[in-house]
Amino acid sequence: MLKIDISSLPLLYEKIASLYPLVLPIKKANEVNYDKYSNGAEVSLFTLKTNKSPKDMFFPQTEDLMKFKVDGQKIEIIDTRKEAQPFVVMGVKACDYKAFEVLDRVFLVDPIDTYYKTKREAGIIITLACDRPEESCFCKAFNIDASSPLGDITTWKVGDKLFWKANTQKGKDLTEKIKDLFTEGDEKTVEKAKQEITETISKLPFSNIDVNALSKDEMLDTFKSDKWSKLSEACLGCGTCTFVCPTCQCFDIREFNANDKIMRFRCWDSCMYKDFTKTAGGQPRPTQMQRFRQRFMHKLVYYPENNDGLYSCVGCGRCVKKCPSHLNIVKVIKAFGGEKK
Amino acid sequence: MEKEFEALIPQVCVITDIRKDTPDVKTFRVVALDGKKPFIHKPGQCAMLSIPGVGEALFSITSSPTQTEYVEFSIKKCGCVTEMLHSFEVGQQITVRGPYGRCFPVDTVFKGKDMLFIAGGIGLAPLRSVINYIRDNRKDYGKVAIVYGSRSADDLVDYKEIIDEWQKEKDFDVYLTIDREQEGWTGHVGFVPNYVKEVNIPNTYTAVLCGPPIMIKFTLQGLLELGFEKKNIYTTLELRMKCGIGKCGRCNVGGKYVCKDGPVFCMTELDELPDEY
Ligand code: SF4
Ligand code: SF4
Ligand code: FES
Repeated sequence: MLKIDISSLPLLYEKIASLYPLVLPIKKANEVNYDKYSNGAEVSLFTLKTNKSPKDMFFPQTEDLMKFKVDGQKIEIIDTRKEAQPFVVMGVKACDYKAFEVLDRVFLVDPIDTYYKTKREAGIIITLACDRPEESCFCKAFNIDASSPLGDITTWKVGDKLFWKANTQKGKDLTEKIKDLFTEGDEKTVEKAKQEITETISKLPFSNIDVNALSKDEMLDTFKSDKWSKLSEACLGCGTCTFVCPTCQCFDIREFNANDKIMRFRCWDSCMYKDFTKTAGGQPRPTQMQRFRQRFMHKLVYYPENNDGLYSCVGCGRCVKKCPSHLNIVKVIKAFGGEKK
Repeated sequence: MEKEFEALIPQVCVITDIRKDTPDVKTFRVVALDGKKPFIHKPGQCAMLSIPGVGEALFSITSSPTQTEYVEFSIKKCGCVTEMLHSFEVGQQITVRGPYGRCFPVDTVFKGKDMLFIAGGIGLAPLRSVINYIRDNRKDYGKVAIVYGSRSADDLVDYKEIIDEWQKEKDFDVYLTIDREQEGWTGHVGFVPNYVKEVNIPNTYTAVLCGPPIMIKFTLQGLLELGFEKKNIYTTLELRMKCGIGKCGRCNVGGKYVCKDGPVFCMTELDELPDEY
């Protein structure tokens, strides 16, 4: 266990950034998002809930796939990717880190998505325990321990110190390169801090959420019922919940045509949009109720069915905070019995 | 290090033959740039074809796996990509990735069975692959009955092959029908679902349906009335697809991804899915 003064963190950022590109929560125009560090950036490491999740780093909002050159009847495909270079993502919270596992089970199963994989392998992830979880957090419902996230390195903020522990070889290698900045830290201090975090979490308003009590039969049974209509009544179909969600992974593949160069790219898409499933022949989900239901059924029933019971929600609470109509997954879970009695 | 398989990057292929089947269906013969088959597939599987700058779309592979020289796609004109394909001439390159999806259970469930194929219009495309596969492995399967219908005689896809080859095959019964009377047509007139009931195939056959949703719906009803069991009825689903590999989420219905768990489904499996396809 190592430690560093919080007041010395700028030195740490500089040092890491001199070795690898460094991505961490940065404040811009009053919003905090994961962004590339540069000298003078307003780092906001201890912001609990960044606007968007760090999934961008591995599954960017838009990403070039390949270029085409067309010449008469001939086609040439050009892979425009450069070899992935190592980079560091710092300040990742337990829920967002768990979300990588949810994404891995989509992108890294056969056939492997190499675009995602290369970035995932190149990334060195430094997590941060949540010292003051908020009322919209409910990670515990998914058995996520916000007091000790994993990752290549785990960090804890205790008082005016940041404690630092490398977990993997990647994490140890990075630590080795910057160890001059640290002093030896006391394991016990961190243990005590962990306990305090766990206690805070148990007092959160959503701590009574119990996804295992969800009546999945009822959710499926009521596939045609009013419960879903009532829950989704106010949904605007804006897709905000899917964009801020760390586990949402739906994408579109499109092309950009500039004269002789054609770029095929992918970009985030949303099951909340009516065009998502529309074809020339028809629309399998014509109502917003069905689209709303799809999002939550996928997270709470379909995904777990295919992934050994792992839910495709990590309780980050972003959709709770961001939905303009105050709809969210917590309301859905409660409506279908997912509360501790 | 061995280069990793790139699931999203297609290969460039070339169209070596174009056959006009009907006023709006053409069959394209496709090979890789080295002149060989672009991939090995199973009957019922699909592939993504694209025209850079226009788009990418999923099509069922019409040729049988037993065809070793090339793959074929019968494509109906209905949208940007298909219209462009229809305007192409031999020698045109396109991109291809696949094959995708779960095939018909030709090597397991279908083995030794009497088979009933029912198709409407372009729905014959995916069935042609399995029908020709059965012809090339004739001893592994029982009797074959094919009920195929279209709007008019001119809209029957693969008419020549049906008449010249399928009808002559041993233990093959082919029943053709068109929706409305037409000059020069001496065959049956009427809709597929009704015709299926008329020809009265024993309900011990394993049935495979492919065609417009309305045809599937009424034919299925008819089959059930005739005493066919759902576990012996198969069909294919067609949903909007983008990635074809179970990542983009677009074709998700219930716990299934049509691109990788389908497009072939047994009716008993469809009963388990929400009604969103
Ligand atoms: S649930 Fe809320 S955030 Fe999501 S699409 Fe509907 S209105 Fe938008
Ligand atoms: S569904 Fe909502 S709470 Fe769950 S991970 Fe996504 S944004 Fe967070
Ligand atoms: S087409 Fe992308 S998941 Fe099926």
